[in-house]
Amino acid sequence: MTSFPMILTERMTAHPADSHLLDRYEATGGYETLRQALLSMKPEEIVEQVKAANIQGRGGAAFPAGIKWGFLAPIEPRYLVINGDESEPGTFKDRQLLERDPHQLIEGVVLTSFAIGANHAFIYIRGEYPKPARRVQQAVEAAYAKGYLGQNILGSGFDLDVMVHLGGGAYICGEETALLNSLEGLRGEPRLKPPFPAVEGLYAKPTIVNNVETISNIPWIVANGGDAYAAIGDVDSVGTRLFSLSGHVKKPGNVEVPMGLTWRELIYDIGGGIRDDNELKAWVPGGASAPWFVAEHLDTKVTKDDCAKAGSMLGSGAVIVMDETTNVVAAAHRIVKFFSHESCGQCTPCREGTTWLERILWRLLNRAGRPSDIDLLLDVCDGISPGLAWPPRMTTICPLGPSAVSPITSIMTHFREEVESMIPGLQEVASA
Amino acid sequence: MPEQPPPEMVTISLDGQEIEVPQGEYIIKAAEDQGTYIPRFCYHSRMKPVGLCRMCLVEVETPRGRILTTACNTPVAPEMIVDTESAVVQKAQEGILEFLLINHPLDCPVCDKGGECPLQDQTVAYGPGESRFVEEKRHFEKPIPLSDIVLMDRERCILCARCTRFSEEVSGDPLIEFVGRGNQTHVITFPDEPFASYFSGNTVQICPVGALTAKPYRFKARPWDLEAIESVSMVDASGASISIETSQNEVVRINGVDNDATNHGWLSDKDRFVFQAIHSENRLATPLIRDDAGDLQPASWGDALDRVADALGSVRGDEVASIGGANNTNEEAFALGKFLRTVVVTPHIDAQVGDALNPEFLAGVTPRAEIGDLDGAATILVWAGDLKEEFPTLFLRVRHAVTQMGAKLIVVHPRRTGLDNIAAEKITYRPGEGPEVVRKLTAQGDQDYGAVRDLLTAGPVIALVGLTGRAEDPRLAEAVAAYALGLPGSKVLPLARRANVFGALDMGLAPTLLPGRVPVKSESGRAELESHWGPLPGEAGLDTAGIIAGLAAGDLKALLLVGADPVRDGRNPDAVRAALDAAEFVVSLDMFLNDSNQQASVILPVDGFAETEGTVTNIEGRVQKVNRILPGPGQSRALWSILDELSSRMGGQLGAGDGPAIAKEIALVAPAYRSMTWDRLEWGPERDGVVMPDRDGVQELRFVPDDSGLRPTAGRLALHSGRVLYDGGTRNTQSPALAGLTPDPAVYLHPRDASALALADGQEVDVAGEFGTVRLRLELDPSLAEGSAYVPANLDSTWVLGVPDVVTVEAQSSKGKKNEKKKGKKKGAGE
Repeated sequence: MTSFPMILTERMTAHPADSHLLDRYEATGGYETLRQALLSMKPEEIVEQVKAANIQGRGGAAFPAGIKWGFLAPIEPRYLVINGDESEPGTFKDRQLLERDPHQLIEGVVLTSFAIGANHAFIYIRGEYPKPARRVQQAVEAAYAKGYLGQNILGSGFDLDVMVHLGGGAYICGEETALLNSLEGLRGEPRLKPPFPAVEGLYAKPTIVNNVETISNIPWIVANGGDAYAAIGDVDSVGTRLFSLSGHVKKPGNVEVPMGLTWRELIYDIGGGIRDDNELKAWVPGGASAPWFVAEHLDTKVTKDDCAKAGSMLGSGAVIVMDETTNVVAAAHRIVKFFSHESCGQCTPCREGTTWLERILWRLLNRAGRPSDIDLLLDVCDGISPGLAWPPRMTTICPLGPSAVSPITSIMTHFREEVESMIPGLQEVASA
Repeated sequence: MPEQPPPEMVTISLDGQEIEVPQGEYIIKAAEDQGTYIPRFCYHSRMKPVGLCRMCLVEVETPRGRILTTACNTPVAPEMIVDTESAVVQKAQEGILEFLLINHPLDCPVCDKGGECPLQDQTVAYGPGESRFVEEKRHFEKPIPLSDIVLMDRERCILCARCTRFSEEVSGDPLIEFVGRGNQTHVITFPDEPFASYFSGNTVQICPVGALTAKPYRFKARPWDLEAIESVSMVDASGASISIETSQNEVVRINGVDNDATNHGWLSDKDRFVFQAIHSENRLATPLIRDDAGDLQPASWGDALDRVADALGSVRGDEVASIGGANNTNEEAFALGKFLRTVVVTPHIDAQVGDALNPEFLAGVTPRAEIGDLDGAATILVWAGDLKEEFPTLFLRVRHAVTQMGAKLIVVHPRRTGLDNIAAEKITYRPGEGPEVVRKLTAQGDQDYGAVRDLLTAGPVIALVGLTGRAEDPRLAEAVAAYALGLPGSKVLPLARRANVFGALDMGLAPTLLPGRVPVKSESGRAELESHWGPLPGEAGLDTAGIIAGLAAGDLKALLLVGADPVRDGRNPDAVRAALDAAEFVVSLDMFLNDSNQQASVILPVDGFAETEGTVTNIEGRVQKVNRILPGPGQSRALWSILDELSSRMGGQLGAGDGPAIAKEIALVAPAYRSMTWDRLEWGPERDGVVMPDRDGVQELRFVPDDSGLRPTAGRLALHSGRVLYDGGTRNTQSPALAGLTPDPAVYLHPRDASALALADGQEVDVAGEFGTVRLRLELDPSLAEGSAYVPANLDSTWVLGVPDVVTVEAQSSKGKKNEKKKGKKKGAGE
């Protein structure tokens, strides 16, 4: 791993006691980028820098942020919405950014709003994050008091109001259109697309929805230029990224690393390897929705394209490592149970299919499976995600349903024998 | 239908077939119009697509390969390639059905939907043959009553959101909603807020499973045992198409039929459940004759008809009058008019009773709008009763035009109406001061109502004009129409409420009209009718008010009441009762006893709704076919047949041998109806009805309304006598599902008026006018024009108030003390 700048976590690492306070933020150069940009840059120039930076969205879909901004319909008003509904199991990186460096996010919010021509921004934080929400709220108030938010920011003539909104505790509200519904006071259910939010989003107005981490990068990109950012990392996926390491690694936690290292480096060098020096069995590379990787993928590069070619994704940056002691059916069951619980319930395959999958896995887990359950599992999965391909096709409105399919196809692909061994009578039948 | 520009067409490939479809149409609709049915549950052609059930998945070729997408919300695009039956699609359809069925109770044998269930039917056509689900199904407490009428079985529900979307999108009273999430999602009401919608029955009809049921039909029949016939609702004059469904000679259900021209398939709960009155044990089933002791006794038809013939024959023709006929078919109305004009020979004929408007205005206002014109309107002006209460399905069409088609709405009414929440502008005025509002709207440079006048500069303007309440001067409607017709691109839709009042007027049941929209005063028109019928009186007859006065004065001797109750519907109930007392002979042709025919000499039971075949005419002048699916009770007979036999006994010849014969004569002698035949309305594209006159029809009557010098009247407290949907009328009270929905009677005052009178909300007060007094609970209503009092007109206890111009409201006084004060000008003659 070559040396790289700590874009997101330098301040919180150096000043753990007060990195969330405005004084510290200003003392470490904070809001200087904003001051200069507002006075000397045109909005289009910021967009150009972000396009040049080629930063991929850090929420899960990895869509290039600059290109997304370019889709904004030429209608006013338009809104910026920050997606801080960090609910993907195993993901806790945005929490750290919200809690430990809220001004970095707010500076990114002002720069982004200026770039896209929004005068209202909303920071949506998951309901289970009261402390991060409190920190962000305090930071917003401090920014207002110092003129970084509100009317005529830093004398530039640019106005921006920011509102912090706490969600009600539903995973689906991390899906951008469900998030918009939730912000509007409606049920948190994904909308049909098209129209996409950039055309018809919050209150039916053009809206950009970006992840906390994505926007936290914007001050650095504007300060240092898009090219400097694009120079970090790999060809396809650039910059640094926060990964949340958890599970059976020796050193779990958030780490900022440049894109393009290998999984082996991430798990063994940075994560310290497997607990008790056990054998690695599998890992979830990008949040619970992502198909699992196994030992053969250790030398795959941590980039969007390399992971896609290997049949999975970087998703939300949650890496959950499982060692040899793991019962893969139990692990898959736990993930499927999560999605079944979090299904919004509006479309048939997700509402009914995820529940059914969970119950079949429960049977297997309790040694009450039937020989036909293997085919049944896969066929129910096929009803949600036809062909079981990657990236998934779907019969559902949003990708939540197919997310529940990933762990099942993973265990059936890599651990089929182990799954079959849990079904009484199956292997005897097979060998007879 | 009004002219629409033809849509732009695009070519798509559907299952390998090149087809031309309108640009922007959803795939599901484009395919269906070409004969390819794509299965669906949540899609409904009258609501916005939501893509929830996923049953309509199809494959579409895109630059990124074939994608699965829902046909219900994907619009067609040029060169689009759609596959509705690929292996992937079929697999997906099987999957969706299996998913829907795993938690469905499969209690089809006892489910009301069983046999007409989209879930059953599509499982047969597209589903897997068997289920692989072995776990316990999902359970909910059931059934949950959502309202007094509708019950919810959450286990059967497949969460298609048709009901919740209907409530929000179509009827505008979102009282049911999805609750919970994932597998526990269900539809329910909000706490302590029942699903008290006037339109709740529609959700039962469009539910694709048996989750929503309505009490009147619950466990009553199996769908395959039902006999059904299409007809038209007779609750109001909007011409809502319905299907009447019977089991073992009993009507058990009415469903809406999607008529593009009128109701779009929707009904009010009154349209839907009022059929229960047909089978009321209080229906008259045998002729009744008053004996010497003054009691009504059952009699044979022969004796009863002899008695009537003798009585009518013993006085001069023009000493006989007739009130009513607006709830009958055109054929019955025509037979009645012909009987009166040619056998009895009297011009004193009026189908309108209480809230009458000038018949020439109703039948002849030009240009007259069609309901479909609302969809193309830039501005809609509603100056009439509260449509939600008086014309519920028309209310939905106005809502559709405003919320979906972008029309701007202006409502003029003395208090809040069901349309206010979607109105761009609202004018609230005190009853009696309507002429002043018209003057201000007309006057150049007047400071008031600027926003309203601005809106009305944008045409086309469609004006819905009727009486806002019974105390309103009927000439106001003409003044409003005169004003509206001066607006850009304007048309007027005249509103009168009774089921077939427009048909009755068109058939000549009016003192000033002959059949076919011919004024009595038209020499040529009368001469033409005389060439068929022989000599006719050239003078206009008396209207209902004149008839009541004539009876009281002794100028009139005998009266026919045809489905009419002028005591309840009259302006002065006591005066009407006295006039009926003064009459030498009253014969009532009716389905029920009422406050008027209790005093009749002879009562003849007649067939009613669902028991007679014929045509009816709605507010647009649209003629539609109504049908007979069961006989009337006991000895009840069709009106035309009674009149035909009565004519013979009176030495006349009516020639009303059967319905078709009458229909032929109507086409012969009624100019506006010249092209009308039953066949046209029963088969083919004109089943939605035909607006008369068309083709060969001619309409001589061109009524040009004017602001007939009407001056503001009334003072404090002007009476607003508006109607409510669930009223104290016979049909409503004889329908158990509806009877309990009648609101508690009350008098409503503006809070400032109440406080000036030192009256408090909820207090018992005496409301007194020149015709009577009634004790009511006071309710404060800030939406009401100041200086007025609102009393719902047609409730069981309020009608005794009559319809005075003004009332006094005071804390309950000693009983029997009538208020003698007279304010304002008296309008009606003796009525």
